[in-house]
Amino acid sequence: MRYAYYPGCSLHSTAFEYDLSMRAVLEKLGIEYEELRGWICCGTSPAHCSSKLLGVTLPIKNLAIAEEDGFRQMIVPCASCFSRLKIALHETSENPELREKVEQVLNYAYQGSVEVRHPLDILYNEVGLERIRESVREDLSRMKVVCYYGCLLTRPPKAVNFDQCEYPMTMDNLLKGCGIDVLDWSYKTDCCGAGQALALTNIVVKLSRDILVNAKQVGAEAVAVACPLCHSNLDARQSEIEQTYKLSLNLPIFYFSQLIALAMGVDKNKIGLQGHLVNPFPLLNKIKSPSSPARPSRG
Amino acid sequence: MEKVLTQETLKSDFIDKIARESDQNVYLCYQCRKCAAGCPVTYETDYTPFQIIQGVIYGQRELVLNSKMIWLCTTCETCTTRCPQEIDIARVMDAARIIAQRERIKAKYPVVPAFFQTSLQNISWFGRLYEVGLIMMLKLRTKDFTKDVGLGIKMFLNRKLKLTPKPTALREVRRIFKKIKEIEETS
Repeated sequence: MRYAYYPGCSLHSTAFEYDLSMRAVLEKLGIEYEELRGWICCGTSPAHCSSKLLGVTLPIKNLAIAEEDGFRQMIVPCASCFSRLKIALHETSENPELREKVEQVLNYAYQGSVEVRHPLDILYNEVGLERIRESVREDLSRMKVVCYYGCLLTRPPKAVNFDQCEYPMTMDNLLKGCGIDVLDWSYKTDCCGAGQALALTNIVVKLSRDILVNAKQVGAEAVAVACPLCHSNLDARQSEIEQTYKLSLNLPIFYFSQLIALAMGVDKNKIGLQGHLVNPFPLLNKIKSPSSPARPSRG
Repeated sequence: MEKVLTQETLKSDFIDKIARESDQNVYLCYQCRKCAAGCPVTYETDYTPFQIIQGVIYGQRELVLNSKMIWLCTTCETCTTRCPQEIDIARVMDAARIIAQRERIKAKYPVVPAFFQTSLQNISWFGRLYEVGLIMMLKLRTKDFTKDVGLGIKMFLNRKLKLTPKPTALREVRRIFKKIKEIEETS
């Protein structure tokens, strides 16, 4: 099976570390993939909030390219792209009139032969925990992590059909399989404010604070995410959150793929960790050397 | 005899428009308020998602289109997921935003539709979202030049923002945008 790979706009810019680490993991596991030729933006929230037709046409255009190139499955790491592609498929299958309009715009009748898959789903359901466990090379057992799924991986369930919508476990199980100490918590699928980051930043700061505070309360030292927007809200806005609410958080935010890559022994300098605004290296050094006394973190 | 409110008595242009844009039957709402309970922005809003649905049922165009709620909504899909009547409430919110933008209603938070329109313009120009361009265009539109400058510089230094766009499939993307505009103007 050769997968089409749809990075989406974020993985080529603000989430370049998600792209680097995702590719590293796929390569370690010998999963064959190819970046979708000539892919375009899925339209994200601005499209579906402004035009129903545009909001489904842009995702279907990308699936049409994959179909023309003979792919049967497409890997979509960005949770927002994943959701838009899945919702577009759901809406066009429920609404023949809408589908007809999309075909009219694209001059192409999408046959539905390409399945949209999130990499968490592929790693868990195709590769399987056993093979993940076998490929672990580094001991990350001293790292306490909570898994944050955000909104769009699991909602709405009738369109995305991914894990339990209120308390998913796929990422938890994968990271446990990598030997990481994964903790239970209450904010797995709560909203971080998502696309309001550039418009109503105060909403994002408040919602992301709630998430980070709960992570801290259960004893997490880091948060694992699967969405570029979640990452930028929790990582890049973290110092603004600390200043606004007079808090000290200092919680590194990792893409789940970075943690899996680390566990598999990928060089930590090759998965974009330098790009994070909350420096993850002190934590990585701390968990690595059990002999030396752990230094208290800043603040 | 006591009169009964039926779909016939409640009929309005507004509910028809919302129904057309969202493909949803809001009359199914039995007022359990789970959508309001789960909504992450109720702490800041005027009307809850439940009240927006009720507003639509009673043809309250002004209330809905002038609400804070439709612009605060983060499209997190919690309301849709939890509705026991399976109303896709997030699509009703989309419909309200679409109608408000089309009818040029002054938004309670003008920066939100400004963000949408700037993003779409950006996508139609470059085929992919060009973030530095988007931020600059949004600043020009909102005249807020100081917001997030420090953060932007930090992200640039961490290689998270690319200075130049990567234009892709430009002719095709422009054709798609143009064609959709034509279809929407004739329907």
